[in-house]
Amino acid sequence: MGRRAAVASTISSAIIVALIVWFFWRAPNGANVRFFFLNPHAFWVNLTGDPSRSLYSILRCFETNVWMFMLCEVLVLIFGLGLAWLRLSRTPILAPLRVASAIYTDVFRGIPIILVLFAVGYGVPGMHAGWISQRTATTYACATLVITYSAYVAEVYRAGMNSVPHGQVMAAKSLGLSDVQTMRRVILPQAVRNVIPPLLNDFISLQKDTALVGTLGILDANQAAQLYGAKEFNFTGYTVAALLFLALTIPMTRYTDHLIAKDRRRRLAGGAA
Amino acid sequence: MNTVISAQNVRKRFGDHEVLRGISVDLAEHEVVCLIGASGSGKSTLLRCLNLLETIDEGDIVFRGQSLTDARIDPNLVRRHISIVFQAFNLFPHLSVLDNVMLGPVRALGRPRDEVKAEAMQLLERIGLAQRALEFPDRLSGGQQQRVAIVRSLAMKPDVLLLDEVTSALDPTLVGEVLDLLTDLARGGTTMLIATHEMNFARNVADRVIFLHDGEIVESGTPQQIFDQPREAATAAFLSRVN
Repeated sequence: MGRRAAVASTISSAIIVALIVWFFWRAPNGANVRFFFLNPHAFWVNLTGDPSRSLYSILRCFETNVWMFMLCEVLVLIFGLGLAWLRLSRTPILAPLRVASAIYTDVFRGIPIILVLFAVGYGVPGMHAGWISQRTATTYACATLVITYSAYVAEVYRAGMNSVPHGQVMAAKSLGLSDVQTMRRVILPQAVRNVIPPLLNDFISLQKDTALVGTLGILDANQAAQLYGAKEFNFTGYTVAALLFLALTIPMTRYTDHLIAKDRRRRLAGGAA
Repeated sequence: MNTVISAQNVRKRFGDHEVLRGISVDLAEHEVVCLIGASGSGKSTLLRCLNLLETIDEGDIVFRGQSLTDARIDPNLVRRHISIVFQAFNLFPHLSVLDNVMLGPVRALGRPRDEVKAEAMQLLERIGLAQRALEFPDRLSGGQQQRVAIVRSLAMKPDVLLLDEVTSALDPTLVGEVLDLLTDLARGGTTMLIATHEMNFARNVADRVIFLHDGEIVESGTPQQIFDQPREAATAAFLSRVN
């Protein structure tokens, strides 16, 4: 971008942002909404918490969202891969599992996650089925996230595996690699590179959906904001929670973009072909 | 003669279309055989059947006296001995040139990395690409990629090398370097079955030339006999079209 173009786009962006701010600022009831959603005092109290008034720190509660996301992400990657692998296997003995995996992905991509959360979080303990019914709400919440997101991620993996040209499989087989080695050394590394952007989309969704676990009474950022709202009749807590989520997702997307670009440069540096 | 691999009355169908209609070929140790014929005559299919990338419908494939159609045979073990090089190279784009060459010996054969690496570097030295060992295939020219693909097969020390029109996807200026490598291998005694459209190459390098037409062997003989005195009208017609 030339210098003139850079100046022009900066000015036009500034004007547009100014217009949007002005619109909300001038709205007839704007001052009221600002008081309820952007109250500086409430912002601070929500961030730090105030034990003397039994108010939680949303920042501390957000830790729940973060570790839940990190744990579930790893499990989703593993479980999703297993599902995709079953779906693509051609071994006749695995045919029933292949069908099961197809049904699984269809069903869990089709049910709103909050309904799965209710079914698992209230249904499983309600069964009185011994050990499995005596887990904590956090376990059920994690299980729900893993169950649902594995279905999405399995489809992403499958698309990635299908995007690897058949010649690659033939080349691997002609070197005497077994099916497992072909998958691990040849197909998967290429498949994953091809699907990093959609995989990342699912991760961001997963991260945001950790905000639903409050439904089971788990004290996460969203639940803390809700408690604050109910107690103090002010919604600034939701703004705090939103900003915390953004603070996590935006660096993550930027970092992944950086990794993708680096990998591409490494493979194509010099541009000769 | 010591036969390495032979196809015996092999038939292969894709749906209603019979691509191979009873092909029998023997390949002796150190022998170089060129398969010629129009596109769609069954050359590629025959090569793929020989290393079990395709299953055959009838007939047999015998490798060193053992039938490969036996259900107890593990195709992955067979392919360590019978290696194929493809028209489209099919190098692994996510691995460096060196890792492409090392993958088979290290993973399929389970050989020690150091030993394999030394051999792989020697092979790359031989094709003049040792100093580019750590680069990725996309950075190489087509001719260089195909030579790496050939060396990747050689690293497995196969008993037989099958080559499926390995110069057909190349820019004409790059064909020579690949054919030179194959000529070099032929002189060194590598047993090869080569499907090719390069008639001059076949004439210079082959011990035997086989003409395939519509999934059948029309004629087989020395290069001189096939190219200079074809017995069959179909062979003569094909040769007059390509020359």
